[in-house]
Amino acid sequence: MQLFFDGNTGHLIVRMPQEFDHYMAQNMREAVDEALADERIMGIRFDFADTTFMDSSAIGFIMGRYERVSAFGGDVLICNIRPRMRMMLRMSGLQKYVTFEEECNE
Amino acid sequence: MNNQIHISFPAIPINEGVARMVISGFLMGIDPTIRELEDVKTAVSEAVSNAVIHAYPGGCGEVRMHATLDENKLELTIEDDGVGIADVQKAMEPMFTSCPKAERSGMGFTFMESFMDTLSVQSNPDEGCCVCMTKIFGKTDAYEM
Repeated sequence: MQLFFDGNTGHLIVRMPQEFDHYMAQNMREAVDEALADERIMGIRFDFADTTFMDSSAIGFIMGRYERVSAFGGDVLICNIRPRMRMMLRMSGLQKYVTFEEECNE
Repeated sequence: MNNQIHISFPAIPINEGVARMVISGFLMGIDPTIRELEDVKTAVSEAVSNAVIHAYPGGCGEVRMHATLDENKLELTIEDDGVGIADVQKAMEPMFTSCPKAERSGMGFTFMESFMDTLSVQSNPDEGCCVCMTKIFGKTDAYEM
């Protein structure tokens, strides 16, 4: 995982790991939430470009961050996600809370 | 091809990935499609995560995975000796989770059911939990993901 700050849009960019599971969620949660404490942050973009596997842990992880970000009126974006994983996130109704971007290359 | 494996490991998070790697290797011999492989990896990840998270609160116990391949049919069992589930039907409902504070979505059983051909869960309080799934490989799919 890598974290960046996009100064243009005010988003925290979370570059997701190759495999995202419950183990990874546990390891990443604290680092992402610490980064969110930065007052310049207006939202989060989860970039799945490197991710080839995820399980349902990703849903809880994204929703957990959504709750934090929405508390200060921020938004959550998901980009570069493969169709299978997008389908899995949609099965949980996540699209009601987050925006799937068709493409963003960063 | 006929083959089988039995592995046991402590219920700790890092073994979720280990179990996925083991099942991937086990299936290599029947040359699964990428989608079939992802389906099984996801199901294993969900079942093992459930055992890691729920089976042994405040402690650690054993998780066992058995896989049997009979030609193109996989039988997969993931079991633990933990606290068990009082209401299995409730636990399997989409979006149901016993620990929302731990950021669990309650979609684990839904994914196991969607990605495998059959799923059965046997559990009683204090008698552990046994998740049994099957999948037949080489069926033509309406779409590839």
